[in-house]
Amino acid sequence: MIELAGLHKSFGPKAVLRGVDLSVPKGTSTVIIGGSGTGKSVLLKCILGLVEPDAGTITVDGRPARQGDRDAFLARFGMLFQGGALFDSMPVWQNVAFRLLRGTLKMPRAAAREVALDKLRRVGLGPEVADLYPAELSGGMQKRVSLARAIAAEPQIIFFDEPTTGLDPIMSGVINRLIREIVTEMGATALTITHDMSSVRAIADRVAMLHAGKIRWEGPVSDMDAATDPYLTQFISGSADGPIETLR
Amino acid sequence: MSVVTASFGTLGRQVLGTLAAIGRVTGFALRVLVHMLRPPYYPRELVGQLLAIGWFSLPVVGLTALFTGGALALQIYAGGARFNAEAVVPSIVAIGMARELGPVLGGLMVAGRVAAAIAAELGTMKVTEQIDALTTLSTNPMKFLAAPRVLAATLTVPLLVAVGDAIGIMGGWLVSTSRLGFNSAVYLQNTADFLQVWDVGSGLVKGAVFGFLVALMGCYHGMNSGRGAQGVGRATTNAVVSASVLILASNYLLTEAFFSA
Repeated sequence: MIELAGLHKSFGPKAVLRGVDLSVPKGTSTVIIGGSGTGKSVLLKCILGLVEPDAGTITVDGRPARQGDRDAFLARFGMLFQGGALFDSMPVWQNVAFRLLRGTLKMPRAAAREVALDKLRRVGLGPEVADLYPAELSGGMQKRVSLARAIAAEPQIIFFDEPTTGLDPIMSGVINRLIREIVTEMGATALTITHDMSSVRAIADRVAMLHAGKIRWEGPVSDMDAATDPYLTQFISGSADGPIETLR
Repeated sequence: MSVVTASFGTLGRQVLGTLAAIGRVTGFALRVLVHMLRPPYYPRELVGQLLAIGWFSLPVVGLTALFTGGALALQIYAGGARFNAEAVVPSIVAIGMARELGPVLGGLMVAGRVAAAIAAELGTMKVTEQIDALTTLSTNPMKFLAAPRVLAATLTVPLLVAVGDAIGIMGGWLVSTSRLGFNSAVYLQNTADFLQVWDVGSGLVKGAVFGFLVALMGCYHGMNSGRGAQGVGRATTNAVVSASVLILASNYLLTEAFFSA
């Protein structure tokens, strides 16, 4: 379980997180929704240690995230970045097998390539893409490769940062289905951030809405449509009228 | 009074800003050195950088040295003629190339090529979250990206300087024998007689220092790049400018240390 308590983060005078409290139960898929610029990505980066929070605590399975062996901590995570964040200088298979070619999980190159091909197959890509470079792939294929990389080392916790941004509706549906299947298959704990409501309905067990630096609403996805919180209902309906300022 | 106070305030902020920048760069350099020495090592990355920085810089360094050696011979011949001292051309070309022009011009050419390339590459990696991705894949970006580049530049720039010295001397020989009427054997004999080991050695030490500074500036500005294309562009420009200035400043300090009376 991931527990966040009283998390604060500011960039200069701009307070992005103003006391986030959130629990992500083990083995569930939690989706954080919220408008652009509300600090969703910053929240994920705080958990991973990519951004240092100003205050608050982060624990993973009861242990503080900042204590102990950092490599062992990070080895439990996989992450799908918003833009894919594939390494331009490496072919696709080396991107997918990155963790298996170095560090504590290092294995022979031939074996690592086999694992990469298997993971690529799992996300619907054939071996013909293995030796291509990321720049030679479409946006949807890059997202799939990034997903394959996130799951290559069988992580216990997977983060998805805007997994469907920039994709057409059909490819978004494909990515959403893959994420749901993979998370269920692996029994992993998933934390996704998005403002795509079709992703929320496809991926989430639980939903949390981040607004003004705090968790505004939290609950099972089945309760979301019946919720009366005006901020949540405006966000779900995509209405310009409501308490959320549309000019930011 | 307020104008004076404001001026001092501005000056103070500039000084503090400069000192803070020096501190940040020094801290970055120390961290790179620690990561160069401590495992894990990434030999594949190092070999790739040795090729990218060393091998692929050979043409530009070689051409620069060739033309500089030729021009130097013409200048020394013309200047020496005023004192009937045309015979000094071989020794001055050799000493000038080995001690100063080989390392400095070679370093500046590598700064233009390598510091820009490193800053642009790492800056793009930063804005596209590839550096964050490295961290989430349990790989330290300083160790994986910065350490191999700085080590490769520190090892290869002295070799480039050595090749540049030889090509520069050859350029002087070519111009002297074909245009200035020097006897080939006598020219080469003079070069060999006057050139001492430390003339070449000091240039190679300078090359190592310049290589370190070039890659360090490329990595520092790239990994601290601002957002977007403008941020990467600024990082690239700052890397080349700061590497060039540091090369010229450190060249003076090293020359002072090696050759001052």
